[in-house]
Amino acid sequence: MNTNSLISKVTDWFRHMTFWKSVFLVLVVAGLYSTVTRFALGLGAATHLTDRFPWGLWIGFDVLCGVGLAAGGFVVASAVYVFHLDDYKAIVRPSVLTAFLGYVLVVFALLFDLGRPWNIWHPLVMWNPHSVMFEVAWCVMLYTAVLALEFSPMLFERLKLQKAARAVHNIIIPMVILGVMLSTLHQSSLGSLYLIIPEKMYPLWYSGNLPFLFFTSAVAVGPAMVTIESFFSSRAFHREIEVPILSKLGKVTAVALAIYLVLKIEDILNYNLGSYLVTFNLEGTLYWTEIIVGVLVPIALLVNPRVRESKRGLFYSAVLVVTGFVLNRMNVSITSLEQHYGVGYFPSWMEIAVTFMIVAVGFGAFAWAAKNLAVFPKEAAAREPAHAESYEVVVIEDEIKVKGEPSFGMEAK
Amino acid sequence: MKRQVGILIDTTQCIGCMACEEACADRWGFPHTDVHELSCEKNTVVQQYGDTYVPRLCMHCEEPTCASVCPVGAFQKTPEGPVTYDESKCIGCRYCMQACPFQIPKYQWNKLNPKVTKCDMCYDRQQKGKQPACVEACPAQARIFGYRDDLVAEAEKRIKESPKTYVQQIFGISEIEGTSTMYLAGVDFGKIGFPANLPKRALPKYTWDIMEKIPNYFVWGSTLMAGFWWLTDRKKKVAEYEEEMKRKNAPINENDDKR
Repeated sequence: MNTNSLISKVTDWFRHMTFWKSVFLVLVVAGLYSTVTRFALGLGAATHLTDRFPWGLWIGFDVLCGVGLAAGGFVVASAVYVFHLDDYKAIVRPSVLTAFLGYVLVVFALLFDLGRPWNIWHPLVMWNPHSVMFEVAWCVMLYTAVLALEFSPMLFERLKLQKAARAVHNIIIPMVILGVMLSTLHQSSLGSLYLIIPEKMYPLWYSGNLPFLFFTSAVAVGPAMVTIESFFSSRAFHREIEVPILSKLGKVTAVALAIYLVLKIEDILNYNLGSYLVTFNLEGTLYWTEIIVGVLVPIALLVNPRVRESKRGLFYSAVLVVTGFVLNRMNVSITSLEQHYGVGYFPSWMEIAVTFMIVAVGFGAFAWAAKNLAVFPKEAAAREPAHAESYEVVVIEDEIKVKGEPSFGMEAK
Repeated sequence: MKRQVGILIDTTQCIGCMACEEACADRWGFPHTDVHELSCEKNTVVQQYGDTYVPRLCMHCEEPTCASVCPVGAFQKTPEGPVTYDESKCIGCRYCMQACPFQIPKYQWNKLNPKVTKCDMCYDRQQKGKQPACVEACPAQARIFGYRDDLVAEAEKRIKESPKTYVQQIFGISEIEGTSTMYLAGVDFGKIGFPANLPKRALPKYTWDIMEKIPNYFVWGSTLMAGFWWLTDRKKKVAEYEEEMKRKNAPINENDDKR
């Protein structure tokens, strides 16, 4: 594309200003201002982080929640590729795309939070296998690479690089298995980070089961995120919603939440939390909010087939699950430590601005990809009716057959 | 194993003259201030709790939490005892600050190439046969430097000889499996700013319990996943074959290669 058409595209973008575009602009401008402050004046100038509260919103939300919300990628990919549950084929691409964008944004957020982001590669060569953070670093690096590979066919197809797409296709099963292993480790390791501070955390949140709690809640929230996404994209692109698939995902969420609830009850018994449960201080109240909003109500809703088979029921259950999940991660990373550190922490507006900017960039990237790449098969069909049929059938079949028979997608054109 | 060194701090002897703070500031090139809080410009301070002065510095744990959590191994427990920090490795994740049970590591929040700061027991001075600067400066022998086992014996002796002066505890013997900086006190340690709920077990073991399982998990987990893939793939192919045969109205041959 030449410069002129690019300029005219950009001016077009600005001329047709919509509500969401202006929100996006405001967030990006505020975020950029904060970015400059962060890198020109240091962490102290941009954040409310102190010696007494060294981890804040960027770890609690951008990293802990970002990784968790990307869990749909490995849940759906393993269902389709490893377990051959073909029902989920239609949503495997949006799930992988979300996961990939999520991980890229987590790395992006880490560049803000790390004091010396230019040393981010150090864990590659400087090893400390005792450190959970070392495990986290390796999981982020490897799984982002795996996700990039899982995502790449969408890009290769667009660029008409059939050979590259086929090469990826041939190694997709080992890649997905590696991805499942890595994300299982990664989701749980974010919980393991907190195992080493038993004396600091408020008892309601400390548990030897933290890695398992983080993992099961991620398995619950991943499908919920995919559900929410499907709703937004169906609105944006006027597609039908895949209710039967999403209602199956709702079952996955309900089962994962039930296991999570059992682990939580185990904690109450193991750590004698009875007295803390009836203490309605800040911690107690937030704990109950998290459990009721994110676990009890969604389970009650999702076990009801009437709710699970309705669009609105699915959507609102998913919103509750995500809200409860975010609250849980914020509680673990911030609320649970305030009493011990003897100080409160509330993020600075610049920390919030950077976080919102990152979220906005994520939404923007997803919207761009959904529009320009073959993320949603039906959308592709609507956009290019000429070869829609062959496109859909061939590509999807191709994803499933490992040995990559020469039937690969694009020849069909 | 090498005999390890340590510092014994007798809070009943400290007179609050702050000579240690000044010596420490000089050794690191920090400014002299009247703020008695550990910070990126204070690696030791003297804090007052009622009548008791409590010198604070890195505890140089036997199993340091900071060294365990650091993803790049910037913290090292030296064979001699001090826990040192190598800023050239640091990526600035601040997990050390989050994890340290004594909140010792501090951060240069307003620098563009920030590092973690903490006491290193004057490791470089020790190499030259000198004592840590704070110990050398103390006019009241409230801090004494020596081999850790000697210091433990000395502390036990003091408690035995004057049981009325001291509480019956040496802080740093059993907490999280011991520290190289140890304390004697005349009042309960909980009242002079020491964490009261520290486990006996070294904190790094809480994460190692999980970390050590990872290699096994990886091998068995991926084998299991590959097995699931093989099973469901086979099931699918058999179903497809049978479907095809049915369509062709052909008999299903149990020995067909395609099957």
